[in-house]
Amino acid sequence: MSRETLFNAALLLGLLLVPIWALLTDEPFTITLATRAVILALAAAGLNIALGIGGLVSLGHAVFFGIGGYAMGILAHHAQGFTPLMEWPFVIEGTKSMPVIWLLAIVVSALAALVIGLLSLRTTGAYFIMITLAFGQMFYYFAISWSAYGGEDGMSIYVRNDFPGLNTLAPIQFYGLCLALLVVVLVFSARLRRAPFGLSLNAARQVPARLEAVGLDPMRLKLVAFVISGAITGLAGALFADLNRFVSPTMFSWQFSGEIMVLVILGGVGRLFGPVAGAVTFVALEHVLGGLTEFWHIYLGLILLGVVLFARGGITGLIAGREASHD
Amino acid sequence: MSLLTVKGLTASYGVSQALFGVDLDIAAGEVVALMGRNGMGKSTTVKAICRMISAQGELRFDGQDLHALPSHKAARLGLGLVPEGRRCFRDLTVAENLLATSRPGAWDMTKVTTLFPRLGERHSQLAASLSGGEQQMLAIGRALMTNPRLLILDEATEGLAPIIRQEIWAAITRLKADTDMAILVIDKTLAELAQVSDRAVVLERGRTVWSGAMAALTPDVTERYVGV
Repeated sequence: MSRETLFNAALLLGLLLVPIWALLTDEPFTITLATRAVILALAAAGLNIALGIGGLVSLGHAVFFGIGGYAMGILAHHAQGFTPLMEWPFVIEGTKSMPVIWLLAIVVSALAALVIGLLSLRTTGAYFIMITLAFGQMFYYFAISWSAYGGEDGMSIYVRNDFPGLNTLAPIQFYGLCLALLVVVLVFSARLRRAPFGLSLNAARQVPARLEAVGLDPMRLKLVAFVISGAITGLAGALFADLNRFVSPTMFSWQFSGEIMVLVILGGVGRLFGPVAGAVTFVALEHVLGGLTEFWHIYLGLILLGVVLFARGGITGLIAGREASHD
Repeated sequence: MSLLTVKGLTASYGVSQALFGVDLDIAAGEVVALMGRNGMGKSTTVKAICRMISAQGELRFDGQDLHALPSHKAARLGLGLVPEGRRCFRDLTVAENLLATSRPGAWDMTKVTTLFPRLGERHSQLAASLSGGEQQMLAIGRALMTNPRLLILDEATEGLAPIIRQEIWAAITRLKADTDMAILVIDKTLAELAQVSDRAVVLERGRTVWSGAMAALTPDVTERYVGV
């Protein structure tokens, strides 16, 4: 068993034990913090497929996070207000069911990623970053102008949505749900990176021209990866909105796109549990340093600088070695 | 019937014309040597065949016009390229390099590692950590995993130790004997080319200047156009 596998197992064990400890010591806020870390890890795990395996430096992933959030917000808003979502040509009601909301968040985010990917993947490097950023800004300002759903002020959802058989208002149960989804996504990511598709995508990042010479279309591989990545980030957005019971245009902001990227870089680009390590560290720093000074981002910046300059594989690389495990 | 037909092929890099009329035919199961001195257009011809650069003239594979296809679709017809300089996927292991490009067919991991036992011994090693010769074997294995009908070897033994070159020539000889795969081979070592090839095509300044059976290639031609 490699050091990286041991590190991943320790992280997962921590995610299991810390909330249980918080429950036993009656510290619900710690469970909420852990839930935030798990949801951010899920968003970053989505980006890690595009960025870590495919080398796609997307500065617009908040688009999918926001779409997921607004999918939840809009459906719950109509369900809780007993107003139909649509009346013509047929009536569509809102819903408070998490599985339905998740499905819609995944589908709409995937469709958005397909359209954005088709247009932006024609470019590479700085142009790709700029196009994804531009899409992010478009969605951000659209959300600000969408007065029907709160406009600039965002929209509150009064009660957390339902999941069959669970009391989602109990922090530990909602945490368990989020953790289960994160584990599913990590297992999916692990299988994806070992499958011929993941290997080809990795190869497309390294030598795209050579991949074409063996009969594979790098553009198609990257598009599929971008869509999968967007769909996962969209799911994270829906969970994040349910955690806070609030959605706002900031979910679409370029700062948030940057934040997701920081999580991936901090944890280790392309490392399976990199997003988890990044998100846990980020939330811990936010909580600890945020309690000392409101300018805690300065220290985060210094840490990020250190990681980029001296720890190529991020926190995972520092602890488990620079080379990614091929277990 | 010809598997690959190239007639009057011309190609340019910007304003600089590199090919002025290349003619080349390869039938199924045939091994053809593409010869000529450095800079005469051998690699450019390969790039044009694989649709990596745009070219003009007749270019057909199994009767299908290659000009109408992008590079990856041309490759899917059955063109397997082993490029000059190897360029393996360095961050992937040997096994992952092979799996990344695999397509259904007779060639699989077992068959490739039987042809190159060194790859089997190093299957979980990163490609970046292989020696030059092993990387070359991996590049050939990677092309075989696509189950090509025409394997193109561009300077497959360049810069390798004599013992590794022998292993690679032995593998090419085995491919010729055991399969009906056509092979287009570019190399500078005349003796090995003469042993393995059925025919030769000689290029000079981007044109085909000689074409015929390998046995008919005279020292006069090789001295004049190949420099050996």
